[in-house]
Amino acid sequence: MSLFLPWRPFALFRKSFVPLFTVTLAAAAGQGLSPGQAAEEMVVEISIKDHKFDPDAIKLPAGTPVKLSVKNLDASPEEFESKDLGFEKVIAGNSSAIIRLKPLKPGTYIFFGEYHEDTAQGHIEVE
Amino acid sequence: MLAALVIVFREVLEAGLIIGVVLAASRSVFGRNSAVTLGVLAGVLGSIIVALFAARISEAFDGRGQELFIAAILFFAVLMLAWHVIWMAEHAREMTQQLRRLGSDVAAGAQSLFALGAAVAIAVMREGSEVVLFMTGIVMQGKETASELLLGSSLGLMLGAAVSLVLYLGLAAIPLKRMFSVTGILVTLLAAGLAASAMKMLSNAGLINVLDTSLWDTSWLLSENSWPGRVLHVLVGYMDRPTGMQLIAYVITAGSIFGLAYSRRTPAAAEAQPTPSLSS
Repeated sequence: MSLFLPWRPFALFRKSFVPLFTVTLAAAAGQGLSPGQAAEEMVVEISIKDHKFDPDAIKLPAGTPVKLSVKNLDASPEEFESKDLGFEKVIAGNSSAIIRLKPLKPGTYIFFGEYHEDTAQGHIEVE
Repeated sequence: MLAALVIVFREVLEAGLIIGVVLAASRSVFGRNSAVTLGVLAGVLGSIIVALFAARISEAFDGRGQELFIAAILFFAVLMLAWHVIWMAEHAREMTQQLRRLGSDVAAGAQSLFALGAAVAIAVMREGSEVVLFMTGIVMQGKETASELLLGSSLGLMLGAAVSLVLYLGLAAIPLKRMFSVTGILVTLLAAGLAASAMKMLSNAGLINVLDTSLWDTSWLLSENSWPGRVLHVLVGYMDRPTGMQLIAYVITAGSIFGLAYSRRTPAAAEAQPTPSLSS
């Protein structure tokens, strides 16, 4: 017994957790990776320079997925963050990141750079 | 200076609250302190590595690397915390009676300690990598205010650690007998919150396209951006705009941990029974 007891947690997870999560993930991924979506994706470019977004006001149509391509032209890293959009993403210095927005409802969505919140401010207007 | 203080405080607090809860939840487990210390050290090391490769991670998988990486480590943390809660439920009786160093239990305890250390390491690594990146940014800008910003960062670090310590002391003040149920519930909800965050990451990576719109918006009542909102987000997984998938992940995770911990809690007589669950 003493030989097996330590491994009980592993057996436990093998039996219950791992399959559970795998199934959930697989189901989610399976449905998520539906084809034909990438075909007409809209791409909007934003750059960060001197800790400011350019453009800092963006207009987007409602109901379409949009790819934001954020280029950080500064040497220092920035964190693109938006509670309204549900995003938080680190962008290293002199590199870029892609933010995949789901179809949005009309409204104003504020985003900002967490590391330079005083200057790095912007918003998306969806209509 | 204030900006640096706030950012570092925020990140340290997020990791620190998790450590505080985990520490309280494992009170009286032999060797806990060294496991947590190792976890913190590994987490700091991991932070530096993750920060170094931030651009590389981000670019991986067609720009989905960061989300997938965070989702993966969060799910791993959820497993570790779940394991710990269940192990504690199995051994709570011995713990409260201080009979913890009996043969096989030390071995099992060592496994639980691994889970503990790993969960701490992940919490530190996730928040720490952001601090490291922020700090490198400060150093890179090379402005004369750098020392001021570094001072702010250190103050933030100390303040974050202090608040986490207060939480730990508060939890540790609960009588041992009741504390295990309190911390067990807290760790369970914390883990459920992490699972929900991981779902959000998968959704942001574009891997989940169902049930991905927010079900409700309570940000007018308690914003996740506010300090109470942040603390509750870490401790019990509060979300002001949860998506369907996040809610499902939260409920499934919390439900499974509660269920397993409850069904495997030590009944008075079943202690000496070997588990038949190994063959499957």
